[in-house]
Amino acid sequence: MSMLALEYLTVSVGSGSFAVDIVSGVSLSVGRREIVGLVGESGSGKSMTSLAAMGLLPKPGPHIRSGRILLAGVDVTQLEPWQRVEAGHGAMAMIFQEPMTSLNPVRRVGDQIVEAVQVREKISRAAAMDRARELLELVRIPDALMQLRAFPHQLSGGMRQRVMIAIALASRPQVLIADEPTTALDVTVQFQILRLLRELCNELDMAMLFITHDMGVIAQLADRVAVMYAGRIVETASVKELFGAPGHPYSRSLMDCMPIRGVGLRRLRTIAGQAPRPGSVRAGCAFAARCPDMQDSCRVDLPPRRELGAGHDALCGFPVTDGRPL
Amino acid sequence: MKRAMSWLAPFAARPIALVGLALLVVVLLAAFFAPWMAPFDPQEMDPIIRLSPPDAVHWFGTDQFGRDTLSRVIYSSRMALLVGVGVVVFAMLTGVPIGVFSALFPRVGHVLMRMVDVLMAFPSLLLALGLIVILGPSVANSIIAVGAGFLTTTTRIVYGLTLRLKSETYVEAARSMGSRTGWLITRHILPNLVSPLLVQASFVFAFAQLAAASLDFLGLGAPPTIPSWGNMLAESRQFITRASWLLFFPGMMIVLTAFALNLVGDSLRDRLDPRFRDMLGGEA
Amino acid sequence: MTPILAVEGLRTSFNLKRGGRRVQVQAVDDVSLTLAEGEVLGIVGESGCGKTTVGRSIMRLAQPQGGRVVFRGTDVLSATGKGLNDLRLSIRMVFQDPYASLNPRRTIGDSIAEAGDINRAFKDRGDRVRQIADSLSAVGLDPSFATRYPHELSGGQRQRVGIARAILPVPAIVIADEPVSALDVSVQAQVLNLLMDLRERLKLSMIFISHDIGVIGYVSHRVAVMYMGRIVELADTKSILERPVHPYTHALMAAVPRPDPTLRIAGAMPTSEPPSQLNRAAGCAYAPRCPLANDRCRVEAPQLRTLGDAVVACHNAGA
Repeated sequence: MSMLALEYLTVSVGSGSFAVDIVSGVSLSVGRREIVGLVGESGSGKSMTSLAAMGLLPKPGPHIRSGRILLAGVDVTQLEPWQRVEAGHGAMAMIFQEPMTSLNPVRRVGDQIVEAVQVREKISRAAAMDRARELLELVRIPDALMQLRAFPHQLSGGMRQRVMIAIALASRPQVLIADEPTTALDVTVQFQILRLLRELCNELDMAMLFITHDMGVIAQLADRVAVMYAGRIVETASVKELFGAPGHPYSRSLMDCMPIRGVGLRRLRTIAGQAPRPGSVRAGCAFAARCPDMQDSCRVDLPPRRELGAGHDALCGFPVTDGRPL
Repeated sequence: MKRAMSWLAPFAARPIALVGLALLVVVLLAAFFAPWMAPFDPQEMDPIIRLSPPDAVHWFGTDQFGRDTLSRVIYSSRMALLVGVGVVVFAMLTGVPIGVFSALFPRVGHVLMRMVDVLMAFPSLLLALGLIVILGPSVANSIIAVGAGFLTTTTRIVYGLTLRLKSETYVEAARSMGSRTGWLITRHILPNLVSPLLVQASFVFAFAQLAAASLDFLGLGAPPTIPSWGNMLAESRQFITRASWLLFFPGMMIVLTAFALNLVGDSLRDRLDPRFRDMLGGEA
Repeated sequence: MTPILAVEGLRTSFNLKRGGRRVQVQAVDDVSLTLAEGEVLGIVGESGCGKTTVGRSIMRLAQPQGGRVVFRGTDVLSATGKGLNDLRLSIRMVFQDPYASLNPRRTIGDSIAEAGDINRAFKDRGDRVRQIADSLSAVGLDPSFATRYPHELSGGQRQRVGIARAILPVPAIVIADEPVSALDVSVQAQVLNLLMDLRERLKLSMIFISHDIGVIGYVSHRVAVMYMGRIVELADTKSILERPVHPYTHALMAAVPRPDPTLRIAGAMPTSEPPSQLNRAAGCAYAPRCPLANDRCRVEAPQLRTLGDAVVACHNAGA
């Protein structure tokens, strides 16, 4: 059973005739112990999707125009995060890219975890502090008891990120959404954090939605992948399928132009032009202008969602189906 | 045209600011076109109709010498404009160099800023009074006296901004290409100070009115022969029960002008502050 | 062949205030390297390793305390007056953040021509306009961009402007400090291709600083790996990528997430974090995290020595 499901979620800005969709018809599901990667470049709408799923869209501003968010099968679309918790629908937690701005710099780490614990459970401060220590141990911070008294600026980037994970886990979430949590970290630290997240997902029976622009991270971490472009999911597949036989031209192009794939080549493959602004593409496929395989109909008709195999689909009129390797 | 329209956007967002803008335009027009706008000569005395309340001929009534209040109010806007501009110019001409210099040459700068701190310790009106006593009452001296108070805030703002600008990447890039300090100041620092200073100027203008009016009221600013709102208040103090209109109209003008300037200043800040600019969709 | 740029024993430190006390951080600790004409030397390392400071020290944006930097026989660090001006035109920098590296109040054209304006490299207005236009075309932007302002451009376009600025007038060396790190992958590729094209056409030599192994691997001829202010390994790109010698280089290569799900790393990796730069222990800086560390490592800092094709600073590598 899926723990988190988004069904045709659409987020738009503005109202009436000025409304512009920044996320359009996004559907995905994440099951227990599963890590689904949501990959896309800046402006693709991936962060907005995660904020919408959490119920954290800023007011006033972008809002959910249509679609549903299901948490363990229950429709929570209209509920704020605290309402979801109170109604007993289970918790969703989120971790962000910059731990330094997500943590309060003037409060000790232990206090911040205690605060997160006490929001959910009516226990004494001492009991909460004990749970905080447990959580720090869960995220493999050495000397947990001592670190409870540390301030965020006394910790390294990787440690701060672990603290943020601990805070997120305080509410015993069933779904964890991670928005580029390792982008700001060194590569050796990133490796440890990714491994930690994988292990926690298994140990705690969580479902994880992992958002990133880094295809390498996706390949190492995710079970299934959804690729976003211009507010839409253009391809969904298992991670092996996506890297082995990508169907959508954007997925193929994105992987082609990674520098690590270009070592030894004279020129890197690129995707010409740049991503379109939301609302600027009036007709046809949003990727058409940059697509190496574009056909005439692509500029006119909205692309259909085509099944390319079990659990593998692409939003494309002419996806690559012969599985030719890159 | 589009750029002109985008300047009006923050006013559209807060319509009362448009009222402020309109009022300022009126004051400006009054200052420039006083001889044509004023129905009577502000100095003309007509003792027969002295202390008469507002009526169809004298819309704002007359004072103890039979002078038309409306005409005096209109002519006073010249003094308001003069003082406002004068104080702003003084504050900028002193504050900007001190602030920029202090930020770019920290060793000397620290000393200068501590001196500015000392100046800031005086309540601004007290400072103005003290300076007037030393310099002697006159319009020019009242500009300097009031300006001295705003020199401090301007300096601090410029100091803080310059410190931040100093470490911007594009300034580093300019340094890497061999620019000297003078180039950095003229090409990079000053242009980026314009917007914040414009906002600051509007607030200084507003508070300068209040400060100058206080000085005039105490008889330490503009001489009584020149009509100003503060002077009018001073002269009419004794008639507060008999002819309250003599205090109401100049007093209201002081309040409204300061209020309007504050509103316009807020809108300017919204328009020019890069963070707000994105919300309103404007351009640089 | 004499190298176009030689750095010997560079040392740069900063004073920071930490917890109310003044602490000295040795950001660059005895770094030596050479740049051959037409070569791209990559400097790679994680945050705090000093790679950016090396670049800034060569540019004299940071003040080194010791060492020499020699460009075509001229001492860079002690140059003054006209000599310094010439150097400033010959060695240029491309900065990381396209959103911060351009003055928002100046037109693109003014920003690009700044080096020329400061050093009076233009004959007249017409000459200036023409050179700005040429520079814009060279980076793939229409000359009409000269009158636009930075906020009208995308990140990738702004970075191209940054590159245009660095090549007007054409320098001998370009130091690129993380030039594509702030860009999307697809835009990265465009800008990297541009840099390589320009290098060839304008006969530039380049120092390319990055934390991204993939990018470094693509652009560089040789790579220097830095850790805590020192170079720990220096070799040609192929060797670094395929046969790393220093334990840190090993760890770095292993930690890079490859875009291939069949290559999931299961093995052991350093489990501790990089230590703070403020608490430098004696001996080898990597010893606390190194699987090969022994007592000698904790006491004696290793010097660079030749090991096959590479130059490595390790007592135990290759043993």
